[in-house]
Amino acid sequence: MKKCYINGTGCVSAQKTVDTAFLEEIVINDTHNVLELALPNYKDFISPVAARRMAKGVKNGIVASAKAIQEAGVQYFDAIITGTGMGCSVDSEKFLKALLDNNEEFLTPTSFIQSTHNTVGAQIALGLQCKAYNFTYVNGAVSFESALIDAKMQLEDEDAHTVLVGGIEESAENTLEFLKMSGAIKATSDVPYKVLGSDTPGVVFSEGATFFVLADTQQETTYAQLTDVAIYNLLEPDEVAAKLKAFLKNNNLTVNDLDAVVLGFNGDVNYDSYYTTLANTLFNTTPQVYYKHLSGEFNTASAFGLWVASNVIKLQHIPQAIKVNNLDRPQYKNILLYNQYRGQDHSFTLISKC
Amino acid sequence: MEALKQELKEKIINILNLEDITPEDVNDNDPLFGDGLGLDSIDALELIVMLDKDYGIKLADPKEGKAIFQSIETMAAYISEKRTK
Amino acid sequence: MSKGVAITGMGIISAIGNTVQENYNALIQGKTGITPIENIATVHKVTVGEIKQTNQQLAESLGLPADNNYSRTAMLGVIAVKQAVEDAGITNINEYATGLISATSVGGMDMTERFFYDYFESDENHRYIHAHDAGDMSQKMAEHLGLKGMVTTISTACSSAANAIMLGARLIKSGRLDRVIVGGTDALSKFTINGFKTLMIFSDTYNTPFDNDRKGLNLGEAAAYLVLESDAVVKAQNKKVLAYVSGYGNANDAFHQTASSENGDGAYLAMQKAFKVSGLEPADIDYINAHGTATPNNDLSEGRALIRAFGNTVPDFSSTKPFTGHTLAAAAAIEAVYSVLALQNNIVYPNLNFKTPMEEFAIVPQTVLKEKEINHVLSNSFGFGGNCSTLLFSKS
Repeated sequence: MKKCYINGTGCVSAQKTVDTAFLEEIVINDTHNVLELALPNYKDFISPVAARRMAKGVKNGIVASAKAIQEAGVQYFDAIITGTGMGCSVDSEKFLKALLDNNEEFLTPTSFIQSTHNTVGAQIALGLQCKAYNFTYVNGAVSFESALIDAKMQLEDEDAHTVLVGGIEESAENTLEFLKMSGAIKATSDVPYKVLGSDTPGVVFSEGATFFVLADTQQETTYAQLTDVAIYNLLEPDEVAAKLKAFLKNNNLTVNDLDAVVLGFNGDVNYDSYYTTLANTLFNTTPQVYYKHLSGEFNTASAFGLWVASNVIKLQHIPQAIKVNNLDRPQYKNILLYNQYRGQDHSFTLISKC
Repeated sequence: MEALKQELKEKIINILNLEDITPEDVNDNDPLFGDGLGLDSIDALELIVMLDKDYGIKLADPKEGKAIFQSIETMAAYISEKRTK
Repeated sequence: MSKGVAITGMGIISAIGNTVQENYNALIQGKTGITPIENIATVHKVTVGEIKQTNQQLAESLGLPADNNYSRTAMLGVIAVKQAVEDAGITNINEYATGLISATSVGGMDMTERFFYDYFESDENHRYIHAHDAGDMSQKMAEHLGLKGMVTTISTACSSAANAIMLGARLIKSGRLDRVIVGGTDALSKFTINGFKTLMIFSDTYNTPFDNDRKGLNLGEAAAYLVLESDAVVKAQNKKVLAYVSGYGNANDAFHQTASSENGDGAYLAMQKAFKVSGLEPADIDYINAHGTATPNNDLSEGRALIRAFGNTVPDFSSTKPFTGHTLAAAAAIEAVYSVLALQNNIVYPNLNFKTPMEEFAIVPQTVLKEKEINHVLSNSFGFGGNCSTLLFSKS
């Protein structure tokens, strides 16, 4: 079976991640319950004619994918696969508002056309003139991991050589309001917000786009090998450890072989016990990493997590700002990521040093 | 007629989000689609709605738009003849 | 050589029937499901392929409590997926490594559009906020089945369900799963009705695929699911195989956000890939269930792609959209069920409402019910964003 390597990455996030070295300039914000993106200069990546209809999610996806493509030096893809839990929320809301406000009259098509979940993948294909396989996964917090599983299958079993994979999420005005009403986003009265040791429900929300070039051959820019990915719709807190051990066993590993774990802590007191339980038992001697205090929570935040983990392997170093505990390892060879959202959509992702 | 043409240029730039273009950049006889401003079929549908909303002109068939939207000149001529508001 | 991935169960609810049998009866009787809209309050006079049950009736049939937070899309999905699993004779869903791959495009939009401003006024309907996500329907379907495992959702506009079926088949072929339930669900919504209206590809009466004077599509709503199982499971449980998924292909037209290219590049490539996967030749295909939405652009592009793929001998083809309307993300799933029924019953369905051949080419659809030996069916589905998918089904 062929292997799957991460050969390029690109990331647009609440941190300056487009034109800086890995997490060299970070901002920790504990007063906003929705984190704003550090916006790239779109004109460097997209012509004004092409950009004029694009919502921010599409633009961010194009920038992040362009960075990944540039780094990997690839021209042709056998597949473009995206994940997005909420899809193109901005254009969906725009069309829906126009529809409701004008009582179904005088509607124009542009926002409807761009409201479908596969808009980002389609626009990237259009830009690259890539007629290859093009899929979009839309399953909450495993949207991105579903795309990864598909990509791995293509590379390992189905003759693909290079695949572009990404996770994109954009927040829209009313959707954010709804998530505040539902309690998914932390209340303003709960400020200051923290991700570790939080005692309040809900999360600090955000958006972002993270892309990866995956390939079946290793090259100079290779970050790591994407060894395995698994998703589960539901796991009870007491089932996670056993599932995790089985997942590692499938890869001929045990917990002791892990040099770091990247946990999806998001500061929701009702669900972070999924992570703390593992952190205090199975992983109590393993270096632990968290990242959602930097990226915020959103359906494809775990793609930011994979970007972090890939950089840790490449640089063989865990920056202080993302450490949960103070453990270090002389070498970072195997890193496991574990993520879930509100007790659903669990994922394990394993990457290894080449 | 000149006022209508100016109005149309401003509207098109605004509705179609044509950043970096000013009304002065658009000549009355420049083709709007293809090589000229580079508009496409989605823009045509936006313009059809504008005809309806702002001038009270309803087009039943999107194909009719092709002749009308050739240039600012043809649009202005059509609108001034058919407008109901 | 393996014939493909076995289909061992099917479930469907559409405008032409609440079961597989009802759908089949309507197809062979030429009975359309396109009628004036009843369940959605819209200012437009539209004819659609609507399931004539209210949300309350659907909820009751599923035994849901009054304060449930199921979107219509989710309810349709649950109804179809339960039928499919029952049809496959599955009693212990987690006995094998089982997945659910669903497809939807509107997700919970039918509720969001209803409560978009109401959410600000009162918290009465806030329970629907989380029902908007596409993934929410899949979670609910999995919950009804008691399924714990790989659950994911695909949304590539109108080709979504074809891609769900494709992924399911690949997961079985690669040995990652033993059993996968695949399909799609989409309910009608004001959002999609108005959306297609703005594109001016909406028929106010009855859609007429491949007709020279076609005006556009009728929307529809439906859900359909198929159970795919590995050869090992089929053997171990001595399962009856309804048909096989023998080929699949997805390609991107990379031409335009919504329109298909003049020559149907994406469609042609998708068909080529499906042939390659299956090892079948164009000459092996006995019936094509076309995407055939009856929009001017689709039928021209698809027709040209068919001629490119099949040359001068395009097999019998028809679009079943005049029966059901275009059911968006569910379309490929209901048409997969129809393809299997065509194989089982040796039937080519009529392309209703066709009168005048298109001036651009000589091929015309099959317009009356035709009985003949059918061994392989090709089914096309294309979506916004240039997303083109082809599935091949073969007799068991």
